[in-house]
Amino acid sequence: MSKEYEAVIGLEVHVELNTKTKIFCGCSTAFGGSPNINVCPVCSGMPGSLPVLNRAVVDKAISIGLATNCNITRNSKFDRKNYFYPDNPQNYQISQLYYPICRDGKIEIETENGKKFVRIHEMHMEEDAGKLIHNTFTGETYVDFNRSGVPLVEIVSEPDMRSADEVLAYLDKLRLTVQYLNASDCKLNEGSMRVDVNMSLREKGTEKLGTRTETKNLNSFKAIKRCIENEFERQADILDAGEKVVQETRRWDDDKGYSYTMRSKEDAQDYRYFPDPDLVPLIIDDEWLARIKASQPELRDEKKERYAREYGIPEYDIGLITEYKELANIFEDGVNSGADPKKVSNWIIGETLRLAKDFETDIADISFSGKNLASLIKLLDEKKINNTIAKQVFEHVFKENVNPVEYAEKNNLIIKTDTGALAEMVKKAVAANPKAVADMKAGKKKAMGAIVGFVMKEMKGKCDPAEVNKLVMEELAKL
Amino acid sequence: MQISDDMIKYVAELAKLELSDEHKEQAKKDMSDMLEYVNTLNELDTSNVEPMSHCFPVANVLRDDVVTNSNDRDNMLLNAPDKSEDSYIVPKTF
Ligand SMILES: [Zn+2]
Repeated sequence: MSKEYEAVIGLEVHVELNTKTKIFCGCSTAFGGSPNINVCPVCSGMPGSLPVLNRAVVDKAISIGLATNCNITRNSKFDRKNYFYPDNPQNYQISQLYYPICRDGKIEIETENGKKFVRIHEMHMEEDAGKLIHNTFTGETYVDFNRSGVPLVEIVSEPDMRSADEVLAYLDKLRLTVQYLNASDCKLNEGSMRVDVNMSLREKGTEKLGTRTETKNLNSFKAIKRCIENEFERQADILDAGEKVVQETRRWDDDKGYSYTMRSKEDAQDYRYFPDPDLVPLIIDDEWLARIKASQPELRDEKKERYAREYGIPEYDIGLITEYKELANIFEDGVNSGADPKKVSNWIIGETLRLAKDFETDIADISFSGKNLASLIKLLDEKKINNTIAKQVFEHVFKENVNPVEYAEKNNLIIKTDTGALAEMVKKAVAANPKAVADMKAGKKKAMGAIVGFVMKEMKGKCDPAEVNKLVMEELAKL
Repeated sequence: MQISDDMIKYVAELAKLELSDEHKEQAKKDMSDMLEYVNTLNELDTSNVEPMSHCFPVANVLRDDVVTNSNDRDNMLLNAPDKSEDSYIVPKTF
């Protein structure tokens, strides 16, 4: 009978910080565009060039450190990690080994067995590498240094996770924290968040750690889950067969659904870290720390509590709205503009998410103003538009952030309160639909729809269906 | 300090250098001399000296997060041994 195993998982997470410029030079970090346009002597590793640290990188790193309950290293510095690869123009990466900016943090996650803490071993600042583009046709490799020198933080957890679900809970918490801090957009599929999984198995009930593997190239939460399940099976089979797991780095192939060996421990690299003489020490004094502390925004957990307390909307709504800070911002903006919290919430978790799905819009890219949503709700409350029109107008709020009042007026969508005109139209509808009228008289209530529909169509939807119903009934009673 | 054959082979590998036997001997001698030279520093008693992480008494040299560079691609590519219109070309990697 095979033994029962427990997974022991730690993560190394790289997060690309969303500063305007690179970590050590004044080159833009803007995405897209042509290769090598945001490159200077520093980030292309020209001899004699000198790196100068970007203050905003330190600010964001401290901010993440504080939000993840880390100790901030007051005397920090940078080291060189030496290796040769064409994406690394200096032949070393500037990183932090000896005095990383943050240490000893923890993140609370929800698991099926309740809450637990995942400890953070350390977090350091470093620079990203360039990008290699392989041309299979010519067999040449092109190098683009636009990403070279883009700031990263690497967050190294302790091996505190025991399942794929715990890993996903930790990553989700980390992602949301960093996004709320406006330190990164944390998109796995675009590489602004990269996850390496360190994993070993041990027999349940034992303490001693087994030999671990590290798996790279995980570009989605789904891939991470599959990879962990796959690696569990692989290591369990090896252990069941009485063999030993080899310490190695593996690469996940999501199309094929398995991982393969990238490099084993024998050819592990010797990075020969040493202090970077080009960069002077970084001292974080009380004042600096206090400044970051004072500017920490409200994080998700705090927001969740406050929404329940101040707005009394359901927990389900709160969960969906705070899942993305962009939605939370729209919600708060809407409520602060005077709209009813539950109504704002309904538009966000209903129409907004539906449109995002229909138009394949990334939720993080939704940017209409809550104020416009609030004025749409006001138009509805005042019965100046009906639900169908409201949805039409909202689509334009969603896409182009139009002002609903201006838009509805310009497109002649406001319900005419001119009851005389409406009454005329109802008379016309009754006259134009003799069959429906006859059916109604014969007791077929469904025929009403044809008459009301006629009016709605003629009035281009700018009327309250309930009002139309009432007027039609009155008109029929006269006959 | 004596540098072993294995050590010089390892260092050469890390530095991606191919050394002839003659060069290897020379490198062994040079490296030994360097370490010897550095060893002289160990003669100084530093037990009462605060360790420093940099040779200059300066800290926190920082810049603001403002873009100061613009597209200088053509100049940047001037030094490249091989290039395309917009990129460096390097031997094929995998
Ligand atoms: Zn640069």
